[in-house]
Amino acid sequence: MFMRPKIRLVRDGTRIQFMRGRFMGLIVSAILSTASVVLFFYPGLNLGIDFAGGVVMEVRTPGPADFGAIRAALTAEHVSTQGVQRFGDASEVLIRLGAQPGEKETQAEVTKVKVALDQAVPGSKLLRTDAVGASVSAELFRNGLLALGISLLMILVYIWFRFEWQFAVGAVVTLILDVTKAIGFLALTRIQFDLVMVAAILTVLGYSTNDKVVVYDRVRENLRKYKTMPLRELIDQSINETLNRTLGTSMTVFLASLPLALFGGESISGFAWVMLFGIVVGTSSSIFIAAPILLFLGENRLRRDAAAVAAPKARAETPKAAGPS
Amino acid sequence: MMYFSRLKTWLILGACLIGAVLCLPNLAPAPVPWLPWRTVHLGLDLRGGSYLLLEVDMKAVIKERLDGLVDAVRQALRPGSIFYAALDAQPDQNRVLLKLRNAAQTDTAVAALRPLIAKEGPTNAPDMSITSTPDGQILLTLEPVALKARAEGAVQQSIEIVRRRIDETGVVDPQITQQGDNRIVVQLPGIGDPERIKQLLGETAHMTFQLVDESANANTPGGVPPPGDAFLSMQNDPHEKIAVRKRVDVDGGDLTDARAGTNPQTGEWVVNFTFNSVGARRFADVTRANVNHRFAIVLDDKVISAPVIREPITGGRGQISGSFTASSATDLAVLLRAGALPAPLTVVEQRSVGPELGADSIRAGAISLAVGFVLVIAFMGMFYGLFGWFANLALVVNLVLMLAIMSVLQATLTLPGMAGILLTLGMAVDANILINERIREESRNGRPPLSALEAGFTRAYSTIFDSNATAFLAHVMLFVFGSGPVRGFAVTITVGIATSLFTAWMLTRLLVSKWYASRRPQLLPV
Repeated sequence: MFMRPKIRLVRDGTRIQFMRGRFMGLIVSAILSTASVVLFFYPGLNLGIDFAGGVVMEVRTPGPADFGAIRAALTAEHVSTQGVQRFGDASEVLIRLGAQPGEKETQAEVTKVKVALDQAVPGSKLLRTDAVGASVSAELFRNGLLALGISLLMILVYIWFRFEWQFAVGAVVTLILDVTKAIGFLALTRIQFDLVMVAAILTVLGYSTNDKVVVYDRVRENLRKYKTMPLRELIDQSINETLNRTLGTSMTVFLASLPLALFGGESISGFAWVMLFGIVVGTSSSIFIAAPILLFLGENRLRRDAAAVAAPKARAETPKAAGPS
Repeated sequence: MMYFSRLKTWLILGACLIGAVLCLPNLAPAPVPWLPWRTVHLGLDLRGGSYLLLEVDMKAVIKERLDGLVDAVRQALRPGSIFYAALDAQPDQNRVLLKLRNAAQTDTAVAALRPLIAKEGPTNAPDMSITSTPDGQILLTLEPVALKARAEGAVQQSIEIVRRRIDETGVVDPQITQQGDNRIVVQLPGIGDPERIKQLLGETAHMTFQLVDESANANTPGGVPPPGDAFLSMQNDPHEKIAVRKRVDVDGGDLTDARAGTNPQTGEWVVNFTFNSVGARRFADVTRANVNHRFAIVLDDKVISAPVIREPITGGRGQISGSFTASSATDLAVLLRAGALPAPLTVVEQRSVGPELGADSIRAGAISLAVGFVLVIAFMGMFYGLFGWFANLALVVNLVLMLAIMSVLQATLTLPGMAGILLTLGMAVDANILINERIREESRNGRPPLSALEAGFTRAYSTIFDSNATAFLAHVMLFVFGSGPVRGFAVTITVGIATSLFTAWMLTRLLVSKWYASRRPQLLPV
């Protein structure tokens, strides 16, 4: 029973003409990305305290939480909150405070909240306290953007070295479109954007690149194999040939992320939802965005290039020209 | 490609075995103490604890240095009767400005000040420069190198003091490290509510003994302190001020011990202290010369008390009283024992997780990990049959190797790190999918089994390498620029990418090759 595969995702010999939908794909993607950019500015991202600064405290009260009493006590201590809400079950309360102008003030607020809680609900327990001052949050934000930017640049350089430039441009443009959509998703769902989200987006980036490499590798191989086939047909065939790979690899990562979204707890489920969204977007963009861009950029050049260059190149790069899978 | 020499086979299996052995320390404590027993550490978000990021106030360090320099200038000019119109510290420009009354004395003054230049560091570079203009203006500017050395010294000293203060509180296994130029990371395992420690670290605790200027009245509104005096407020009543001589007679740095106790006569809480020999001698001299005068005990520019000296105190022991409670007396004793911070510390970031929440997170992470693992294994078994199960076996080894490397590195496992492990498992089998699909394709193109296997592994290699290289690069960036738990995520993913290359590329190939050698199938089950 362990011998033969039970199921195939896509039947052999599938011939879907993906490039017919190239304009549709690009238009839909452009609309979604534009909408995402709009969402980024209005209503904007729900910045977590990593990036916005401020205080988040999670409290467990002995019985069901009395929100009125807690709010009253906080007001009595002159603490202005951004929200006192239920978190998880009825005895857990999340208190959120906005950014303070200085580091000392931020810490002073934490102390005030503790005093207020001791008065309002004696016996309450602090489960979590996160307090990030203004200077640190600005640094974290800058570093997060740097990590994203430099990663994109390194991926561009890497693909540029390994493929012709049309591939690199196609991949990076697609990745940027993917990232904007992930940001739009964050803005729309109001999932907090914090350091963990930067990690999620970077992982989606790395993962989505894998997908593109699989398709591009096959295009490159087929360019050498079928010297006269029109590029459009060739790209279609390459996508069909790699469809099981593209979908299969996406499925495994999707299956790995799913339990995190469902059981991972409050702090990690946001991360996992972004991953799930990113996997779907990244997989579809390999087919409907990255490939059409390659078609547009390479229509005349890549064909002639490949005919002239492929043969010597293949010899010169024997170790890495072993070919795609 | 499908041939493995006996040596290579044993090397691969040996690597897996070593991996399994290196995981053992995580399961049980060391049987004998001399064994290198390296384990993965649980992050504070999982075991509960606090992370505090402290910033050393560098402006205060520079200001203190300049204030000291102003004092030194005053002392140096006194014997030569050189008079000046202005003597100011200018912290923004790292310098002291001196304006002489008589410009003709410029050269004499510069000569008198020259001995103040000290040699700093291994290069013996002067720590400041003295420049003068003909109109009698002299600038003493601190050299950037000297400033940097001083800042470095201040951070090092702060770390030492922070360590001593925290050790006094009995926290087990605290970690105190420098971060960047002027920050200190304090990690306190098991402390979900670090309020007391924050309080202890929030005080510079610089204690001095200074004489009270009984001729000046500090409480007239708008009054200006006479030269050489300062108006300081009392600690227990900020509105009441007292005129204190600026000159420090005895410094808290000369204390060797301080303990909280009660005064047997009144029953009130006090702090008993002991001086070292230098402090004891100075204390004796000052008290002998000033019997029946008031002596202020000043902590961080606030006067704790200002008792009248009844008789000379020569034993080097003394007592501070001043409306203490049991806990405030204990805290002061801790602070005095640990010593003064060279500059104020500010908490710029705090992350505290109580042990309950940590346990919840471990449970959530473990459940996700188990479910995800089963899903991925089921998928590979269903969609790739026998070769899928080879991949699954490699996946288990991959998990073991990841744990082994993280143990050897003594890496920290955080909740995002657990998510990273799961994602790595999902991505590790991707390499197997690429290989299997290729084998299948080659086989359908009419290649005989062995040739199809050869071609499958060979041709899938560059794709696997390319796709993993980009993911690897992205996560290295995340490690470089990330902080806290996110770094744990980056570590698990980068380690996982490396181990999965080994398991997918070497181990599954070995398994398939041994399987082929023993069965010699006519048709591949793909």
